Amino acid sequence: MTPRAATHQSSRATARVGPLVATHEPKQLLDVDALLDDRSRGIIVCCGSGGVGKTTTSAALALRAAERGRRVVVLTIDPARRLAQSMGIEALDNTPRPVPGVKGKGGGSLDAMMLDMKRTFDEVVQSQASPEKAEQILKNPFYIAVSSSFAGTQEYMAMEKLGQLDKDAQHTGRWDLIVVDTPPSRSALDFLDAPERLSSFLDGKFMKLLLAPARGPARLMTAGFGMVTNAITKIIGAQVLQDMKAFVAAFDTLFGGFRQRALRTFELLQDRRTAFVVVAAPEPDALREAAYFVERLRAEQMPLAGLVVNRVSSKPSGDLTAHAAMTGVEQLRTSGEDHGLAAGLLRLHADRLTVVEREKRLTRRFGTSHPDVPTAVLPALSTDVHDLDGLRRIGDLLGAQVDHRPARRRADQAG
Amino acid sequence: MSRVPEVTPGRALPAATLVRMPAPRAESAPDFPGVQLHIVTGKGGTGKSTVSAALALALASRGNTVLLCEVEGRQGIAQLFDVPPLPYEERRVARGTTGAGDVYALAIDAESALLEYLDMYYRLGRAGKALDRFGVVEFATTIAPGVRDVLLTGKVYEAANRNRRNKGAREYDAIVLDAPPTGRISQFLNVNTELAGLAKVGPIKSQADVVMKLLRSSRTAIHLVTVLEEMPVQETGDGIAELRGAELPVGGVIVNMVRPQDLDAAERAALLDGTVDREALVASLEKAGISADDELVDGLLEEGHDHAERRQLEDTQRALVEQLGAPTYELPLLPGGVDLAGLYELAEALCEEGLG
Repeated sequence: MTPRAATHQSSRATARVGPLVATHEPKQLLDVDALLDDRSRGIIVCCGSGGVGKTTTSAALALRAAERGRRVVVLTIDPARRLAQSMGIEALDNTPRPVPGVKGKGGGSLDAMMLDMKRTFDEVVQSQASPEKAEQILKNPFYIAVSSSFAGTQEYMAMEKLGQLDKDAQHTGRWDLIVVDTPPSRSALDFLDAPERLSSFLDGKFMKLLLAPARGPARLMTAGFGMVTNAITKIIGAQVLQDMKAFVAAFDTLFGGFRQRALRTFELLQDRRTAFVVVAAPEPDALREAAYFVERLRAEQMPLAGLVVNRVSSKPSGDLTAHAAMTGVEQLRTSGEDHGLAAGLLRLHADRLTVVEREKRLTRRFGTSHPDVPTAVLPALSTDVHDLDGLRRIGDLLGAQVDHRPARRRADQAG
Repeated sequence: MSRVPEVTPGRALPAATLVRMPAPRAESAPDFPGVQLHIVTGKGGTGKSTVSAALALALASRGNTVLLCEVEGRQGIAQLFDVPPLPYEERRVARGTTGAGDVYALAIDAESALLEYLDMYYRLGRAGKALDRFGVVEFATTIAPGVRDVLLTGKVYEAANRNRRNKGAREYDAIVLDAPPTGRISQFLNVNTELAGLAKVGPIKSQADVVMKLLRSSRTAIHLVTVLEEMPVQETGDGIAELRGAELPVGGVIVNMVRPQDLDAAERAALLDGTVDREALVASLEKAGISADDELVDGLLEEGHDHAERRQLEDTQRALVEQLGAPTYELPLLPGGVDLAGLYELAEALCEEGLG
């Protein structure tokens, strides 16, 4: 089995970690403001499956942190056009720029940048190799293909950029918090696996095989060797093999550097300075991904701050049940008169309650199997978010999860 | 038509969840005659897997033998049809009755596709195992850009053009591919260009060429799933432009999770400006046997206001979708979520709208 398949399947097949029976302890709430104000946290990574609002959540967290006094840089991957415009990062130039209109208090500031994966890769090569060698690599057709379309390059480069920003922040003191959005991968786990995958590939037998001279005393003396090279040539053609060999030969000296970097990134993610925020929507697929992710982070000993469930339908006020509403609709229908508005509103009410009930069931299921994951639940907004005010609204909702009034007053009120 | 057959999924389905399917009709897909390969893409979270499955059921209900493929290793089909995880093997997941066809499902993974390909075309045997040991399979399927996609689309091609090498394999009238998301679809399907800088000659290149020929032909249609929100609609537009730029045949746009259309324009306008005749509403509610106190009426009006606001946004986005120059189909939001019964409802809707 290939390492990739292995990590993928094993991460899904790992034994579940957590309580074996449902407990009825009160659910933990994610204290977003405490997380943002904690100066010992220098990195927040937002991850989750595609389409759950990761980009918006990371931008909202970054803005809120900046307006609470942190000096923040947010690395986004693929923001909506209007959101990118409003943050002043339309140009994909890999350079963090100040976001206009941020009301930073107490020295707070916000810079934003959009990831350019090819450029990031090029920069790594340039920083690692001599100018002539770098040029040779950058021109190789195989490199061009790998750097622009290798499944996982984006994930790997996001992590690489995080490492660079962190180094920069440590060095210049320009930022004290880095917020990272992760690529919209097939699976949320991809970005954790990408560095490992790349370095295991670079360490792999295949690379050695490509590097081995075809003839002569240094030739690899393994049984399958001739058969393998023949097969490869037959399948991909001699020219591709040639390009690959040239690439590998030119890249050879850089491999050590890449492995080191992959390792460092992994360590950075395990560091106590880092906090992961898993983002999900109240849908079975997204919550399943979130569960895998939470378990994986635990297994890798990476610090998990909590779960944000976006776009949760809020329960309508009043105690009219879905059933009662639909009975009402039926009665109006048989009355023979026109009660369009009332019937429509009642149907909406019944649908809404059904949705709320289903979402509650799904999130509760997650909560039961992962009771110790602090969770923030965000209501669905009736409008799209594409400016700083929208992000602020999300930030306020994130901050409003935990009641910060003194415990006694809360208890009085409850009693 | 009076005869209403039932479609029974492969296994473990309680009788209560059986859903009536439309009667079989003798055409493949009314709006896309002659199309054998339906490729379904969409932004994450828009429900492309659900739509793919519903489309497969709809096509089968017309008497077609259908293969539903997934390529992202998510086991989405197994979850939707409530069957155990699918292996690299065509398994029947839904069986039609009286005139309806069957739906088979296949989870394609690049490693298995490569080994099968090697076996089918090169009779590699031991060398195939050696390739695996040397990390070549891993290299080809995870690192070598484009190769992975050629392998995945190549398997779909093989299913669409069964030949002597795959003895006794089933022939399909229609194939539905649950493809990667919109942001990656052109790259995924444009296997030729992706390989161009890499392999200019050789077997991989020829394989990419024949796959490309099928994908660009009138036997293929690429459908895009969206919801009526800004970002997915924008991505759908970008996706269509990219597909057309790559000369890939765009099929329909399927607008998923459309909110219920319970309120008419005048009612929505009144809710938005707060000019609803409250007394009339209270009277109607009383008539419905519901005691309408202020809290309830305020609550309903607020829900109505939210709904009207959302519908307004949806209408703006719908207008944009209509300008994309592709036939559109709408599927309702299912408040209870997509279970098997919901899936069959969506399939019926696709049939009625003429896509499946």
